[in-house]
Amino acid sequence: MSRIEKRFSTLKDKNQAAFVSFTMAGDPNYDTSLDLMRALPKAGVDIIELGMPFTDPMADGPAIQIAGQRAIKGGQTLKKTLDLVTAFRKADDETPIVLMGYFNPIFIHGTAQFIADAKTAGVDGLIIVDLPPEEDDELCVPAREAGLDFIRLATPTTDEKRLPKVLENTSGFVYYVSITGITGAATPDSNAVGEAVARIKEKTDLPVAVGFGVSTPEQAAEIAKVADGVVVGSAIVRAMADALTVAGPPKKSFQKDVIAQVKKLANAAKRARK
Amino acid sequence: MTAHAPNSFRTGPDEKGRFGTFGGRFVAETLMPLILELEDAYNEARQEKNFKAEMENLWRNYVGRPSPLYFAPRLTEHYGGAKIYLKRDELNHTGAHKINNVLGQILLARRMGKTRIIAETGAGQHGVATATVCAKFGLKCVVYMGATDVERQKPNVFRMKLLGAEVVPVTSGRSTLKDAMNEALRDWVTNVDDTFYCIGTVAGPHPYPAMVRDFQSVIGWEAKGQMKHAENGRLPDVLIACIGGGSNAMGLFHPFLDDKDVRIIGVEAGGKGVDTNEHAASIAGGRPGVLHGNRTYLLQDEDGQIQEAHSISAGLDYPGIGPEHSWLNDMKRVEYVSVTDTEALEAFQLCCEMEGIIPALEPAHALAHVSKIAPEMDKDQILLLNMCGRGDKDIFTVADALGTEI
Ligand SMILES: Cc1ncc(COP(=O)(O)O)c(C=O)c1O
Repeated sequence: MSRIEKRFSTLKDKNQAAFVSFTMAGDPNYDTSLDLMRALPKAGVDIIELGMPFTDPMADGPAIQIAGQRAIKGGQTLKKTLDLVTAFRKADDETPIVLMGYFNPIFIHGTAQFIADAKTAGVDGLIIVDLPPEEDDELCVPAREAGLDFIRLATPTTDEKRLPKVLENTSGFVYYVSITGITGAATPDSNAVGEAVARIKEKTDLPVAVGFGVSTPEQAAEIAKVADGVVVGSAIVRAMADALTVAGPPKKSFQKDVIAQVKKLANAAKRARK
Repeated sequence: MTAHAPNSFRTGPDEKGRFGTFGGRFVAETLMPLILELEDAYNEARQEKNFKAEMENLWRNYVGRPSPLYFAPRLTEHYGGAKIYLKRDELNHTGAHKINNVLGQILLARRMGKTRIIAETGAGQHGVATATVCAKFGLKCVVYMGATDVERQKPNVFRMKLLGAEVVPVTSGRSTLKDAMNEALRDWVTNVDDTFYCIGTVAGPHPYPAMVRDFQSVIGWEAKGQMKHAENGRLPDVLIACIGGGSNAMGLFHPFLDDKDVRIIGVEAGGKGVDTNEHAASIAGGRPGVLHGNRTYLLQDEDGQIQEAHSISAGLDYPGIGPEHSWLNDMKRVEYVSVTDTEALEAFQLCCEMEGIIPALEPAHALAHVSKIAPEMDKDQILLLNMCGRGDKDIFTVADALGTEI
């Protein structure tokens, strides 16, 4: 069983939704990023989603755009993102890690090389925003052959006719994008999300996690009632930005401040079904 | 990538939107249903007589097509070689070739029942053309423009506002055309129901590169007929056009791609020199990658991060190039060269003085390359340049570069 499968199955037994955090690898620098990552599981994070910084993140809102710029400025590269995973895995062999980003840095790294390197580092799954099913030959198919999960985004524009195509080569879980829009923009309507999740679950046995726009503990709780997982990105990334000094480097309280925020969100999600 | 030359260079893209390995549909899932819908709508429209007739009517009576093919006697004499002809798309309504494409896309948007049009713009020419056609049809228009370009293309910003468009200065990333395109895509992802994204060049996900090329091909078809008429049935020996994203070039080139004796040259912006970090020559200085929905030559670093382009011409200041050009380069059907800011400025002035035509800085790049090859050509050979825009928008930039105040 893969780490992702195992994690969802354990949580299902506890009747809990998975709490998935998104942070940008290397934001604001490699060391701070690694320290934070190591503290996430204890703060209640069930799955770690790690952004691979890219200059042109076309599906991301300002908070995550700027996080990517901070990381690039801090010297983060794709190789260093894989190093981050390797370093994390030394002490934690259970928390699933999903890399999320855009295709170009992977294409330039060399797709086959990237798959091999990601496997070695201990990556479990990939979410590549600009690779729809129409481009599955590029990365999805070879990644799955190598045993990496390829987690697909389904959106409000994915209608009945298209849904099977989106689900076809998906594995690990399905990531339902709760709004039409960019990350961190609007607030999802949990009724509509519940219906969409039910619609997806009619067509697949995979867990369905929901993200894009979930930013408060209340929203996280609402979503946790109707989905198998809740993803929070911009809200954590904003907390990270708030924990930086004006000059750029993290405040002394960086880790404590950010983890406090993560705990609030994670606890809300975990208690939602009680 | 030395595949055999195909029977025809004019059949692409394939059903996946690829020109060889270039092109494709690298977009977020939210947009995928929208571009599939667009592809269907376009395929339906292009087969319909009414659609074509409506477009041709507007090209003639609103834009002023066909644009003249003009023999440039003094430039010809000055260079002392090939006969130089200019395809005068700078005489179009709004001052550039951009409106050829905009009309096609807006007519399509109307057929699809879309009421809100968004566009990205660099020099502002595509933005002005889009704002113009939206005003004509009473459509809401939002134009994304990098804050840097808003500053250096003020006359066009004001024009767009006069035409009723909302101009949104983009400050994300590094505030130029590439970032304006990101922001337009973000808008589209957000407003999927009523919004049509009118892309200004032969880039973006399939079907945009093919669709924009088809709309711009009116340039090449007209030129072919006009040249045969002017030169006793002959075709030009050389075609030259400047390349930002590559739409005016594709429009001129495409009808000639299978005319094997026609040499075709695309001119990229060399900025301060392709051996510096400040240029916009994606083919000369870039390598294949994926951005804005397609695979193509891109300026990027070792880690696949996209680099900022530089050119004195805002319209050429883009780190990519349309995917069909990338393919034509690898197939060696079209030659891609570059000229520097300084060379373009010289050609700009020469054109003003010799022909009484103030060219846009973009086609001034093409003219600068003419100065390198025309003198070596025979006097009975023919060179055709796409004069794709006029220079009114550039007078401040040029004055600045020449150290003059206006
Ligand atoms: C006059 C003119 N020529 C050329 C371009 C570059 O675009 P393309 O390469 O798509 O023709 C622009 C873009 O703004 C322009 O205004």
